[in-house]
Amino acid sequence: MLKRTALYEEHKKLGGRLIDFGGWELPVQYQGVMDEHLGCRNAVGLFDVSHMGEIHVEGAASEAFLNYLISNNVAKLAVKQALYSEMCNHTGGIVDDLLVYRRSTDRFLVVVNASNTDKDFAHIQKIEKEFKQKNPGATDLRITNESSKYTQIAVQGRHAEKIVQTMTKTNLSAIKYYWFDEGTVLNGIPAVIARTGYTGEDGFELYVPWDRGPEVWRACLEAGKPYGITPVGLGARDTLRLEMKFPLYGHELSDETNPFAAGVGWVVKLDKGDFVGRAPIVAAKEKGLPKQLVGLKLLERGVPRQGYEVYSADGKKNLGQITSGTQSPSLKAAIGLAYVDKDHAKIGTKLTVDIRGTKTAAEVIPTPFYKRPY
Amino acid sequence: MNNFPSNLKYTKDHEWALIEGNIVTVGVTDHAQGSLGDIVYAELPKVGRELKHGDTFGVVESIKAVSDLYSPVTGRVTEINNALVNEPGMVNKDPYGKAWMMKVELTDPSSLGHLMDSAAYTKYVASLH
Repeated sequence: MLKRTALYEEHKKLGGRLIDFGGWELPVQYQGVMDEHLGCRNAVGLFDVSHMGEIHVEGAASEAFLNYLISNNVAKLAVKQALYSEMCNHTGGIVDDLLVYRRSTDRFLVVVNASNTDKDFAHIQKIEKEFKQKNPGATDLRITNESSKYTQIAVQGRHAEKIVQTMTKTNLSAIKYYWFDEGTVLNGIPAVIARTGYTGEDGFELYVPWDRGPEVWRACLEAGKPYGITPVGLGARDTLRLEMKFPLYGHELSDETNPFAAGVGWVVKLDKGDFVGRAPIVAAKEKGLPKQLVGLKLLERGVPRQGYEVYSADGKKNLGQITSGTQSPSLKAAIGLAYVDKDHAKIGTKLTVDIRGTKTAAEVIPTPFYKRPY
Repeated sequence: MNNFPSNLKYTKDHEWALIEGNIVTVGVTDHAQGSLGDIVYAELPKVGRELKHGDTFGVVESIKAVSDLYSPVTGRVTEINNALVNEPGMVNKDPYGKAWMMKVELTDPSSLGHLMDSAAYTKYVASLH
């Protein structure tokens, strides 16, 4: 039996085409991936991301614990600030990537990928045991999986602030990128209102109680009408993130991926003290990482897809594989991400991608592929 | 609402075939284009290629996925629609018109026996839901 978000009936009403996404019944598209993608880029898009996992980490030891659990530095996080991080395993691979929201000195909201929620929670509990053994004094620590209690709605695009502002008294213009506030929306519905997202546009992610989701969703659609709001399914969510080179677990990230190879070394803080995976990450980095994640564009017709092999320009030397690819609606070009040998990772390097037996010319280009114009 | 013209024949893989003497024009159905979504790439066979009924003759890709195209009949490719390669989105706009994909000269007329008429295909599509 597939899990459904609180917004299931809303998706059906909007004509969403529902698919199985990591055990969740969610819309891959409503009107069409292209229109939804461009709707978000050029106006504003509305996303149901309630399938994401929400984990509460609370107690006096929570900051120290999180700093041991993840690669980024939670000690530098102010109250009402959010950060992006990798959560690594003991071999230096990536268990998942996640967001941490600091709600108070000792209360954190950790948001993880939907399909990884159970795996992540098990990993976190394992690390919790380890942490408590190493720090016998760290007894005040409560970790709970609260995923089923939240509806998460993302409003993304240049008009997002105007739309969400009609629904809350919280002053949104005061919330900077990767900060949040806690207030209410509509008639007193408690909400975490965060200026975060996965599209490369300005926008907000709203965390509200599960059962209040439908009224918040409908209010967003109503308030967004004058701005041409578009409900956006998983299809365009993926193409939007890909244009930004935001990595996705199962594509760019895996249990074997070194964060520095994936281009997310900027969230690995080697100077903050020990954390899970630190030693092997450093060792691999010092030894030299054989492959690097690059963005590429096809110079001939075709679309790169996950798993396609990448070769040198003359087609002779295998360099690696595509991890994500699509026809980019914003660039009107076929783009992809690939792990390739380090000596072929420079911007401007000519490569080929094996598309069903045809070596198709490509070039390493700067990322993100898309930059918002405002 | 799906539109399946009665002058065409259909396959279970959602290709259509227009039979005019021994020349068969081939494309994908309105149902196919609707399920695939925005088509961004089309790959068609070389003129002269010999195809058996059920052979892969090309590929269409939406933003999200790759789909093979299967020949409805057995024959030799005599013409392909190069305009479609330049403007693959035509598959969504005009699946039975400007988005024709290839013309095949029948070499085995018995291969027509695999095809469904509009009524049978309509029923078949309804059974998929």
